[in-house]
Order: sequence, then structure tokens, then C-alpha cells
Amino acid sequence: MAATQRYAEIRSRSPGYWGVLLLLAGLALVGFAAAHHMDVEGHHVTGMNNQVVWGLPHVFAIFLIVAASGALNLASLSSVFGRAAYKPLARFSAVLAVALLVGGLAILLLDLGRPDRLIVAMTHYNFKSIFAWNILLYSGFIGIVVVYLWLMMERRMQAFSKPAGVAALIWRLVLTTGTGSIFGFLVAREAYDTAILAPLFIVMSFAFGLALFALLLGFSFRFDGRELDQSHVERLRRLLGLFVAGIFYFVLVFHLTKLYGTQNHPFERFILTDGGTYTLLFWLVQIGLGNLLPLAICFMPAFAGSARALFAACLLVIAGAFAQLYIIIIGGQAFPLNIFPGYEVESSFFDGVIADYAPSIWELLLGLGGVAAALLLALLALRVLPILPEGLPAESD
Amino acid sequence: MANELDKIEVKPARRQFLRGAAALASVALAPGLLLYQARPAGANVDSGVRWGLLIDANALSEDDVDACVSACQREHGWRAEDGSATDAQWVRKVKLRDRASGHTRFLPVMCQHCEHPPCVDVCPTGASFKRADGIVLVNKHTCIGCRYCMMACPYKARSFIHEVLKDQLPVAPRGKGTVESCTLCVHRVDRDGADAVPACAEAVNRAGRQAIWFGDLNDPASGISQALREFGATRLRADMGLNPGVGYRGL
Ligand code: SF4
Repeated sequence: MAATQRYAEIRSRSPGYWGVLLLLAGLALVGFAAAHHMDVEGHHVTGMNNQVVWGLPHVFAIFLIVAASGALNLASLSSVFGRAAYKPLARFSAVLAVALLVGGLAILLLDLGRPDRLIVAMTHYNFKSIFAWNILLYSGFIGIVVVYLWLMMERRMQAFSKPAGVAALIWRLVLTTGTGSIFGFLVAREAYDTAILAPLFIVMSFAFGLALFALLLGFSFRFDGRELDQSHVERLRRLLGLFVAGIFYFVLVFHLTKLYGTQNHPFERFILTDGGTYTLLFWLVQIGLGNLLPLAICFMPAFAGSARALFAACLLVIAGAFAQLYIIIIGGQAFPLNIFPGYEVESSFFDGVIADYAPSIWELLLGLGGVAAALLLALLALRVLPILPEGLPAESD
Repeated sequence: MANELDKIEVKPARRQFLRGAAALASVALAPGLLLYQARPAGANVDSGVRWGLLIDANALSEDDVDACVSACQREHGWRAEDGSATDAQWVRKVKLRDRASGHTRFLPVMCQHCEHPPCVDVCPTGASFKRADGIVLVNKHTCIGCRYCMMACPYKARSFIHEVLKDQLPVAPRGKGTVESCTLCVHRVDRDGADAVPACAEAVNRAGRQAIWFGDLNDPASGISQALREFGATRLRADMGLNPGVGYRGL
């Protein structure tokens, strides 16, 4: 079956399809304008300050970067692990990975205090910095995946697509570990000082990437009138359930290991019981909507093969993803540093107090713009290149 | 600025050459006419030296700490409005209350000029750097404003410039979109060497009462080393093993 698989560009002329593309383009432009405003005015127009130095843009950027590496999953499953069922989806998986990464990096770049110094960032490397390594890892990832995609699409080259797939798989695991380590290296901050963050980020990437993948696949297939058989929906549904269970497990381990050390109790209390918005986000959105509900949808036999249920689960997983990253990134900074253990601390610089952070519209627009740009890039690629299969009918086996 | 960067980027070899040249020049022109000072510009970052501070918490009243902060503001031209979460604070007044005894004290907290500074490790471009003499600085020309150093600093010592600045002082170039922190009055150190007194120390030391010592931690004969031997010092978050160049007495 795999050998005869035919691919084709998306040809939809439906107003709904074009409406979505236009909306994405508009959002991307507005996001760019918002970034320009931040650049001219300075970051005081954002909610970020000297306590919470990474804000909403970083939540969006890290969501995209983490999802990018996970989006590559289906390609890896087919090329590396020989799961033929995923083969028709491998091309799109690679395209989406690149698009998401580009969107995420664009947000990070536009949020810099000096985005005009991009050239400095490209020419001055501090090799001790995990951040500098990430710049190399990200560019390398884009390069490898583009080659991998080409090898998959070029009939004569298909034999080479397996080694390229292996390279891409290894690279992307390193990449996600690197992203997780950006936080893991911050030993002074209680929220991040744990090795669990690296594997946690890897399973998060699997789930977030797959959720975006399934949604875009469903969208394109629907507007182009292509067949998506239940068996494929079912496979994606179970895979998503597995990944969400993985996230749930690592979050559990994260908090249990933190609770084991008495010195972490104030931080745990902050997230789990006393943190106001953060606590609400944690239980309601991250755990309830983002983990438990999708788990139910993915494992309850009543939803077997239902595309709607799958897409609902994907949307929930994405909502949970934002809550989770918001708590990790912003909650982790809002919680005060413990510079003077044993003392009650007070200062003009917000020592000893939970820092305030309220995202401004500019940051939100920048973040949404980056996501829109990434999705637009992926959907446009589907229009100009034969990336998606002409249909995913029921399997003979 | 160009001049200050020259100083910073001097490579050891060139530095030694310059020192040699300076010595030669001094020899040639002495004794009647000494053209060079002991440390000509570009030759005074000595790797044998490690500058540090010892802050005597017992000697400092709340007013003293306020005086430190205002002296630093005057010296470097920064201002922080009350309650502003975005204004820069190179040094801040921290009020500590001992949970057990209720005893209260006030401390100035600034960049601790670590021997192993996490801000330097994480900086992607190398803009955050430690000079050979132990002073930790930000190169304002290569800082891209990513704020990773602020995430990494255990002391909350750094500030990001959130808006356009006017009226800057020549000794402290600052700019929107970059990060800054206490420079240990590096312009004074480069001018006066071991005799330098940072602005915060100058504001609180009086005849007969030393509250902040500045000097070479590597020189056992320096005033600061002697004071450290006599009183000992607490390093903030010593558990992290960063070996800060700033110590506190009486904590
Ligand atoms: S903000 Fe500037 S000094 Fe700090 S890590 Fe980023 S580039 Fe380096």
C-alpha cells in the first residue's frame, strides 16, 4: 500500500478555507506590528518587568518550539520504527515541524530587547550557554528536516530517507532536551531546579505536536473533501491518549519529588493551593481540561473512531499546554527567590513577595501572530507541494 | 565608551605587552618626567587581582543603606520610582527580619560579582562577562536583551531597561533593550586601582568607622582581606558554590 501512496496539493476553493488562511495572515501581520510597537516603546508596554522577565511571548514561543519537535513524531514512527501506517503522514509531519519551529523562533527573536542585533546573536557564540547551543540546534533541525523531507519526496532517494529519519529523530530529542534544559539550568529558581524537566518536555512535545498535527490534517482533509477513515482517526486518538498519560505521569513525579524536600513546600503550596490564578490554571486547565478530559476522550470506547472527539481532545490538549507552560514559565518567576533563608524579607525591588504579572495586549498579539504565521506556513506548503496523501481510506489489513 | 571597551577587550598578551611598554616608558622618562601613570588605559585589568566588597551589616543603619543607594544613583545616573516594577535598581535596600528573634537589619544588595557567575554561563552572546580582575559586567554592544542572565541570577541583581532613557552619564552608558547591573564602580577602579572607593562605600564610610570595605581579595595584606580574616563573612546563597566577591558581616 505504502508504495502506491499518492500525494497531492490541497486544491480547496471553499470560502471557509480561504477565510481561515486570510485570518491567519492578518493575525501574523498584526503580531509583527505589535512587536514593532514593543521595540519602539520598550518593554514597559508589556506586562513584563524586572521580576517576571519572560512573559507571554515566551509561553507561545516555547509552545511552538516544543510542539515542533513533537510534530516530527509521525515521520519518525514511519521511517525509523517502520510503522507503515504512519508513512502517508510522514511528509506533513516534517513540514509542520519546520513551520512551528520558524514561528516559535520568530516570536523569541521579536521579543528580544534588541531584535536588531540578530546578527550579533549569529556571530557571537558563548559555547557554555545552553541558549547559544539551542540556536545551533534549531538551525540544524530545520536543515536536517528539510533534507529528510526531500529524500522522502524524491522517489529515487527514498532509500536514504531512513538514515535521515534516524538523524532527525536523534536531533529532535536532543533539541527538546535542550529546550527543557533552558529552565533546568536555572539552579537558583526552585521551580526549575530539577532534572525531570527534560523528559517532561519530551513527552509534552509528543502530545502538543500531535494535537496540532491532527487538527491541521483534519482541517485540510475536510475542506479538500478527502477521505479520512475511522481507522486512522482511531490510531491518532490512542497515540494522543498515550502521550497525555505520559505528561500526567511526569507532572505527578515532578510535584511528588518536589514535595519530598521540605524546602520546596512553599513553592508547591504556591502552585497547588495558594497561588490564585496559577493554582486555578493548574487544576482546572492543565490537569482538568488539558489532561483528564482528553484522557477520557482518548480511552473511552464510546469515542472510538470519532474524528470530532479526536479534534476536541486536541483542542483541550493545546489549552492545557498553554496553562502548563504559563505556570512553568511565569509562575516559576513570580515565586520569589530565596536569597535569605530564615528571614522575612522586604525591599523596593519586590524581594520576598509574589511578583505581579498581567500580560498586555501587545504580548498577546505577538504570541498569536507567531502561532498564526507557523500555521499559515504549514498550510501554504500543503497548497504548493504534494505533501498530504490524496486520501486515507480504510486499510486492507 | 570606545575607551572603556578597549580596556575590556585587551587580550592578556597585549596587556602584558602594554605593561612592558609602560614600564619601559616609565624607565626611559623617569625620574624627571613621568609620562605614564602606573596603569595606562588598556593595561589595567590585572588577572592577579580579585576585587570585592565586605559589607558590615552591624554598622549600617537604614539611613546608611539609603545613602548607598542614592550615591549609586548619582554616580551612574539611574533612578527608580517607588513601586515601579520596571525601573532599574543597581543596588537595593533589603530589610531583613529574623523570624526567630524579630531582630531587624538593613542591607544593600547589588551584583555579587561571583567567581562562577551563572549570568556569564548562560549568556548566548558572551555579552555578560567577567573581567580578569573579577568584576562582572555587561557589554552593552553585544547584549541582545534576551534576559536569560536575569533568569539565572540567584540575587536578582540585574535590571532590564524597559524604556528609552535620556540624560545618561558618560561613566555609565545605558540603553533601552539591554540589561545592566552594579559595575563595582569599574570606572573608579580603572582610574584609582587599589585606592578606589566605590560610590556606595564612599557614602557610608567615615573617619573611624568603616562600614563597607573595597579591595583586592587576593592580596592578604589588603584592608578587605584583613577585615575578612578578623570578622569573617557570610556569602549570600553560599550553598550554590558561586563564591561571590561580595561578603556580609553580621548576618
Ligand atoms: S540579556 Fe544580554 S547580557 Fe543578559 S544573557 Fe541576554 S545577551 Fe547576555
